[in-house]
Amino acid sequence: MANYNLKINGKSQTVDVEDDTPLLWVLRDNLGLVGTKFSCGIAQCGACTVHVDGKATFSCVTPISSVGNSEVTTIEGLSEEGNHPVQKAWEEVDVAQCGYCQAGQIMNAAAFLKQNPNPSMEEIDNAMNRNICRCGTYHKIREAVALAAKTK
Amino acid sequence: MKTVTKASRRDFLKIAGTTAGGLFIGFNWFSCDSPKVEVLSTEEILSQAKSFNSYLSISPTGDVVIYSPNPELGQNIKTSFPMVVAEELEADWEKVRVVQANLDAEKYDRQLTGGSGAMPHSWERLRKAGATAKFVLVAAAAKTWNVPAEEITVEKGIISHKGSGKKGHFGEFVAEAAIMTAPEEVTLKDKKDFKIIGTPVKNVDAKDIYTGKPLYGIDFQREGMKHAMVQRAPFGMKIKSVDDSAARSVSGVTDVVQFGTSVAVVGNTTWPLLKAKKLLKVEYEADGAVESTADHDRLFAELMAKGKAEVKRKDGNVDAAFKSAAKVVTAEYQCPFLAHSPMEPENFFAHVQGDKVELVGPTQTPDRARQETAQLLGIPPENITVEITRLGGGFGRRLRADYVIEAVEVSRAINAPVKVTWSREDELTGGAYRPAVRYRFEAALDANNTLIGYKLRGVGMNAGNTTRENNFPSGAVDNLLIESIEHKSTITTNAWRAPITNFLAYAEQSFLDEVALAAGKDPVDLRMELLNRAKTNPVGELGYDVDRMIGVVKTAAEKSNWGKNPNVKQGFSVYFSHRSYVAQVADIEVQGGSPVLKKVTAVTDCGMVVNPTGANHQVRGGIVDGMGHAMYTNLTFENGVPKQRNFDSYRLIRMKEVPEIDTHFVDSGFDPTGLGEPALPPTGGAIANAIFAATGRRLRSQPFIEQKEFSDIKLEIKRA
Repeated sequence: MANYNLKINGKSQTVDVEDDTPLLWVLRDNLGLVGTKFSCGIAQCGACTVHVDGKATFSCVTPISSVGNSEVTTIEGLSEEGNHPVQKAWEEVDVAQCGYCQAGQIMNAAAFLKQNPNPSMEEIDNAMNRNICRCGTYHKIREAVALAAKTK
Repeated sequence: MKTVTKASRRDFLKIAGTTAGGLFIGFNWFSCDSPKVEVLSTEEILSQAKSFNSYLSISPTGDVVIYSPNPELGQNIKTSFPMVVAEELEADWEKVRVVQANLDAEKYDRQLTGGSGAMPHSWERLRKAGATAKFVLVAAAAKTWNVPAEEITVEKGIISHKGSGKKGHFGEFVAEAAIMTAPEEVTLKDKKDFKIIGTPVKNVDAKDIYTGKPLYGIDFQREGMKHAMVQRAPFGMKIKSVDDSAARSVSGVTDVVQFGTSVAVVGNTTWPLLKAKKLLKVEYEADGAVESTADHDRLFAELMAKGKAEVKRKDGNVDAAFKSAAKVVTAEYQCPFLAHSPMEPENFFAHVQGDKVELVGPTQTPDRARQETAQLLGIPPENITVEITRLGGGFGRRLRADYVIEAVEVSRAINAPVKVTWSREDELTGGAYRPAVRYRFEAALDANNTLIGYKLRGVGMNAGNTTRENNFPSGAVDNLLIESIEHKSTITTNAWRAPITNFLAYAEQSFLDEVALAAGKDPVDLRMELLNRAKTNPVGELGYDVDRMIGVVKTAAEKSNWGKNPNVKQGFSVYFSHRSYVAQVADIEVQGGSPVLKKVTAVTDCGMVVNPTGANHQVRGGIVDGMGHAMYTNLTFENGVPKQRNFDSYRLIRMKEVPEIDTHFVDSGFDPTGLGEPALPPTGGAIANAIFAATGRRLRSQPFIEQKEFSDIKLEIKRA
């Protein structure tokens, strides 16, 4: 066990965990930030996507020892009032079915749009291809990313 | 009371309604920056509200709380049920809060999610719940104002009497109305007067989902709660010995407990358990048949060849028809096992305290969770409470309570509250799958290419009847034989979204294409010919409404421009399941020698559409689900253990693999039926038939990408 000083959603947090503990489980079990979801645990589905220094990252395979001084942003910290353009677009398009994968989808979309503010539909498809939605809301995700790009 | 600086749309509307006297001035959602407003929490509303019936409470502030009893797993029931109550109540939807009800066998009937049955079951009782509450509110207003009740009108939560000019919101009459006797019979609204039903109302949990609130069972936390993960035995095996010393030595592991054929590791957080589980040394021994996929293939062949099977339906003289046939078409279709793989892995919280148990988590059948727990512990069911969380998908997996019972077992063993969580590997290897099945179809055509004989034999595993003997084309063929036979497997199986039909429809609709080809007929013409025969001269019992099926077939042909564009190779499919009718057409364009799947057109008759957004979601989602599993997904076994253990080898459909989906709904005037399942069954057939039309390759097994007929086909998927 070791102490880690983390910067999560703009706040400093200290946790005492094993070096190999994935960021996902630190967020969920140690910090109570359960908006970041567990689903595959092997970087295949994207449900656990958070931002590490602004980059979309699979938190399920990110050991806490590798996080260092990086700024971590989770769905809870994406915006203060749930009014990030991507969240607003998701609400406007009414994307979710079960909703479980959507936090990861939103985090991936937000990081992608920051890097590519005016994407083509093909670029949206490529970027969002790393997140699985078992309910099949892909059409709406695509529509919402395009809307967020337009309205931000 | 909490202060918020930026109101959500519905909260803003609520305040606008009260401060601006009901006047609502244009509101741009995307520039939402409203002034500070006071918003009551649902708890605050409930603390002062009066209960009118099992479904609704109204507070003196005029806020309406509607309870949604059925588990929400993405089928949107938590939005569509309250819409129906609010419609008859004449509530202002912006003043409605929705609360997921806990299990309450006294208040609710059929509190489960399965079989696309919630809406048809509850449609009338939800309407009555709203209408009776409106009735007593009106009676209370009539008494207060001393005017005849029949002169009173209600609109958007406002009760008015034109003659006297009196007006008030629901809340003003709640105290009086709540002590009145509800009428036994009540008049329901004319459907043409619906204002909420039929409109695209947004998901009531949207804001919480998009901000990461703890909605799901896996998010549940409790002071002093332990975590647990379970190692389960391969199918057909039991534990011989357990060496848990290495697992116990993992920092953070507090306990290892054994029950049945399972071993659970317990700790304070999840990560140490994932590590410890890998260090468990469990030796197993056979306790029944230990099966592999090769055994299933052999068993299918044996049972298919076996003389006797259970006859599910027999019309006319099948032997004579086949003897006299000018042509006979025969084909076998097979599908593999599939896991349900909801994105939220199985999990449940249990706290056993003496003869009382608290259960919290994602379940499609809360009452089953209660009953199985009562049976395990030998306690009365009423000693067990079940809180239903939002479900991160279900697809039938959470109809079972096996993972609930694991939590109960562990809580009992360690005498503490515990949440059992499955890993993805647990989910894919832990059982209760859609079982593999094989079908053999035979069709007899006479010299005029009329279908005079039809035979279907289904060979299944633990599925009971593998056929739907009274479904189309039964009723349209004079001589028909439907048989089913099965193998009892030690591999656990379970209903999977659209049980049986999720594969039977693909096989049957592909085979009908083979028949059409042999008969030299257009696939839509053949279906219409059969349907017209079932209509004018039906043979035996018909489990479907011929006119409704004709309705979707004709509309799908029209909407898809069936057969009009020679550059577009099309596949047709139509199926009736779970009370709804869905026809689909897949379009493949051959571009530069490569087939490109461009679009699926879907026409649905589910009676009245309650929520167009939800209905579109279910149809598109069903098609994506049906296509994804038909194309890519396989689960095979080696000595009782699945070989695909996570999403790297168990392939699910992704963003770039979905075509455009064009949805249409037929207004047949019937009451609404469910849509969680019916759009899935026709999809595999529509796509396989389009692939055949484009390439001449007939795909008789799933997943398509693993078939040799498909190995040199580079199917591209492109959207506009």
